[in-house]
Order: sequence, then C-alpha cells, then structure tokens
Amino acid sequence: MSGWTLIPVVLPFAVAAASLLLRNRARWQTAIGMTGAALHLTAGCVLLWRVQRFGIQVLHVASWPAPFGITMAADHLGALLVVITGIVYTAVFSYSQADISPELRKNGYDPLLHILIGGISGAFLTGDLFNLYVWFEVMLMASFGLLVAGGKRKQLEGGVKYVVINLLATLLFLAGLGLVFAVAGTLNMAHLHQVLPSVPDRGLVAAISVLFLTAFGIKAGLFPLFFWLPASYHTPPVSVSAVFSGLLTKVGVYALIRTFTLLFPLDGAGLQNLLLAAAALTMVTGVLGAAAHAEFRRILSFHIISQVGYMVLGLALFTPLAMAGAVFYLLHHILVKANLFLVSGLSRQWTGSFELEKMGGIYRSRAVLALLFFIPAFSLAGFPPLSGFWAKMVLIRASLEAGQFGLAVVAAMVGLLTVYSMSKIWGEAFWKPLPAMDASGAVEGRRRLSAWSLAPVALLALMTVTIGIWVEPFVNLSMAAAHELMNPEGYVQAVLGGSP
Amino acid sequence: MESMLALITGCLVAGSIYLMLSRNLIHFIFGLVLAGNAVNLLIFAAGRPNGDPPPLIPPGQWAPVGPVANSLPQALILTAIVISFALLSFVFILFYRAYQELGTIDTETLRNDGPAAEVTPHSEDGA
Repeated sequence: MSGWTLIPVVLPFAVAAASLLLRNRARWQTAIGMTGAALHLTAGCVLLWRVQRFGIQVLHVASWPAPFGITMAADHLGALLVVITGIVYTAVFSYSQADISPELRKNGYDPLLHILIGGISGAFLTGDLFNLYVWFEVMLMASFGLLVAGGKRKQLEGGVKYVVINLLATLLFLAGLGLVFAVAGTLNMAHLHQVLPSVPDRGLVAAISVLFLTAFGIKAGLFPLFFWLPASYHTPPVSVSAVFSGLLTKVGVYALIRTFTLLFPLDGAGLQNLLLAAAALTMVTGVLGAAAHAEFRRILSFHIISQVGYMVLGLALFTPLAMAGAVFYLLHHILVKANLFLVSGLSRQWTGSFELEKMGGIYRSRAVLALLFFIPAFSLAGFPPLSGFWAKMVLIRASLEAGQFGLAVVAAMVGLLTVYSMSKIWGEAFWKPLPAMDASGAVEGRRRLSAWSLAPVALLALMTVTIGIWVEPFVNLSMAAAHELMNPEGYVQAVLGGSP
Repeated sequence: MESMLALITGCLVAGSIYLMLSRNLIHFIFGLVLAGNAVNLLIFAAGRPNGDPPPLIPPGQWAPVGPVANSLPQALILTAIVISFALLSFVFILFYRAYQELGTIDTETLRNDGPAAEVTPHSEDGA
C-alpha cells in the first residue's frame, strides 16, 4: 500500500486548479508552476527509489481490494517514466516562460499543461484498463487545447487532423476494452493476465489484441498509422511540441508495452511478426520522411516516428535484453527529443524561421546554441559516447542474438540515415551563413535568448551526456524494468496480493 | 436481446464508417457520434443484459439475493458518454473555428502539410 503512486497524478491537477484561479497573475502562475513541477519530479524520484528498495508499489484506492476497486501500481517502467515526465515537465514549464505569450498564459496555457502532465502520469501508473482509457482522454483533452491554443491558421489545420485521428483511436481502444470485459469480466490488468489465457475463444482474444494494437499504434505513430503526427506536431508553440514529442507518443508506446507483456504476451505467432514488420517499416519510413523535409520541426517530427520504430522493435523481439533496450531507448529518447524541439525554438528566435533555407549562421554567431543542438542531435543518431549510442547498441545486439539479422541491418542503416538528416539541419541552420536576403529582417526579429529557455536546454543536454558516459545505472534500471515486464507474475502478485 | 444489440451495433458501425469516409468534416463528426454510440452499446452488451433484477440489497441482508444484473458496464458507459460529450463539443467548436479560418470543411483541401505543398499540390507526402 503506497500513497506515493497517487502523488505524481494528483499534484499536477492541484497545481492546475491553483493556476487557473491565479490566471491573471503571471508571477504567481510561474511560481506555482515551477514549484509544482519540481515537486512532481521529486515525488517521481521518491517513487522510483521506493520501487527499487521495496519492489512494486501498489495502492488500492479507498482500500477496495483488487480486482474490484481502482488500483494504482508502479513498477520500474512506470516509475522511471514518471521521473522522466517530471524532468520534461520542469524543463518545458521553464522554457514556456520565455516562449509563451502573456495572452496565451492568461487564456489557460498553464493549467492545460499541468493537466496534460497529470493525465500522462496517471496513464503510466494506473493498473486498470478502464482508468487507462480515462487518462488517455484527460491527456487528449488537454492536448487538444494546447495544440490549438492561440488559434493560428496552421494550428487549426493541424489540430483538425490530430483531433480526428486521435478520437478514432480512443474509440477503438474503448471497443477493445468492452470486448475484453465481455470475455474476461474484469478490467484490472493484473487480473486480466490471469484470466485472459483461459478464455476459450482464442480467435476473439486475437481480434481484441489487434484492436488494441491499432488504437495504441495510432497513438504511438506506428507505421502505417503515423501520418497525423508530422501533420500536426510542427504547428503549436515550441514548448507544446516539445512536450508532445517527448511524452505523448511515448504514452502510446508505453501502452503497447504494457498490453503486449501483461494482457496478450507475445508468443511468436502472427502478431509478433506483424509487430516486427511494423517496427522495421516505422523506422524506415520515418527516417525517409525526415530526409525529404526541409523544415526544422517537421524533420524532428519524422524522427519521432522512426525512433518509435526502435522501441517497438525492442518490444517485438520480446527477449529480456531487447525489452531492456526498448525501455532504455524510451528514457533516452524522451529527453533527447524534447530537447531537440526546445533547441529548434531557440534557433528560430535567433534566425527568425523554422525553414532551413532561411536559417543559418548559428555556429558562427552563437556557438553555445550550436553545441546544445549537436549533443541531442547526434545522440539521437547514435554517436558514441552519447546516450543514443548505447540505446541502439543494446537493441541491435538483441536483434542479432534473436537471429533477426535483417532487422539489425535495418536498425543500423536507419541510424546512418538519421545522421544524414541531422547533418542536413547542422549544415543548413548552423554552418551555412545566414542568407543575405533575410539577414536584416532576422537580425531585427532576433531576441536575446532568455535564461528561462537556455537553462533547461543545457540541463537536458547535460543529462544526455551523463547517461552516455555513466551508462551503467541506467542500463541496470532498464534491465530491472525489463525483468518485471518479461515476468509479470511479480506484478500480478503485487496487485492481487498473493491470491492465485 | 444480445442478438438485437449486436445487430444494432453492427448497423451503427457500418453507418459511422460510411459517414467517416466522407470528405465533408460535418459528416465525419456525425460518423464519430454514431461510432461512439455503437461502442457504448457494445459495452452494454458485454455486461450480458439478460433481464436480471437491479443489484439492490433488500433490507436486513448483507448481499443481494439471487442473480442480479451487472452494473459495472453502465458505470463504464456513463463515464464514456460524459467524456465523449465533452470531446464532441470541443470538436464542433474546433471545426467551426477551422471553417472560419480556413474557409473549408473539405478534407481534400486541408493538405498544407507536405514539403512545399503549394508547389506540388498532388504530393502524397504526409497528407
């Protein structure tokens, strides 16, 4: 019984309420938000520590025993993701001080961001399938608001696509959930792990698992369901794209991991091959899309897709090492991707544009910013000794060990292509001199880079380097998470309390 | 009872898919409404509505006497209805705002998201 599983969920909602009440006082909003984000991060760290020390943390809300009541459960994966969420939350909230206009903050940007984080944390920590659906909806609602906040033309167009496909995905999820209830009579995920294997109608169970795969595949941006992502992620303010790209698609990946380890463990049959193929195609199409584009944030959006492919590859291989690789990749990727989006915002402030054509000269005029791009960008591409190198190495090694040589080659090649598109950004935005025709306008629009926005970018870059150099504890944590995922009996026991 | 529910759910899903395939965003919303209702009926059917009495505990007892209906699906549907109500009202406003700004509700014209979309209007990228 541990209340710590509830704090990272309840806290952001409390902060949101306070922030809504004080929406006309920017300073108070900043103070409350920063405190809330720091507390959220602290609570996440305590939770992770408790999971390390005492094992899986479970809370039965109002003491209704599982599987009858609402259950919150934090294993290594959930706790790690909550910590990373806390880091991104703090970084992005700090960044938004410099990025978000006062009008937008008055119109409720802050509460929406807090609610979004609450929903994300809830999705990571819930032990109940229906609650997962509710948290998805909470997240979705907040993300709709954030995506179109400000109501620019481009945002509305991206927003329509995002909203339409995501609503469809949640409906598919809800339908799958209803069918699970029909065949199993329970929605507690640990209980389902026990009940689902004994359902006589295997065909129906397989159909349900495909419903979940489609629903979460849309959320995660899996091939061929990713097209909404690059159509919308480059439209909102930079802070919003950073939090979306870091966390939202990863909730989809998390749900995929949870579903296909706990509810429908992959067993080498058709579904596993489907996931492997989808992972490979996701990696390839994502990176090719990135190669074709010439707008900073669009390139980054396509990279999200290709990176999601790596994580799903780890899940689909379904060996302990591969699972650890997927978890490590997830952690590394959230930090790096959020940071890259933040850097894109800083670069825009400096050059006045997101179009690579119109950018340039950052390396010469602002070497620090160039360095801050270089670290996450080449970590994403997998350069040693940065975090991405280890993440890719573990996954490629796992695919070799599983005898999937083709997939190992694909993963390595996609890494190379990632370098290509990153060097495109590097060459165009950082090395090339600023195009003369726009030079005057850009200099005029150039704003001093504020400490609110530089500090989080620098800290996230520092974390990427730290994970790269001091990799062992992070790999150990991922291995522990993978061990729990591959042997769900421990999770089941912790939730259901020993009853068979 | 269940076969009738299954039939209705099937018809609703078929209708909603037909509507959602339309290029008109308004048709799409109505498709979404139908799909939401279909899913709610699906959950209702999942609770095996076979005419059992409601789960009320008679005075002086600690547990219901005899078989009672499963009330959980109703709770789930109620939650889903409330959520979808909020989401749909947001979607209506969003589409209206999009119509005001973009001047169209035809999805074919909402394709300003590929690389250099204005140069090659038939580009298949990202749309």
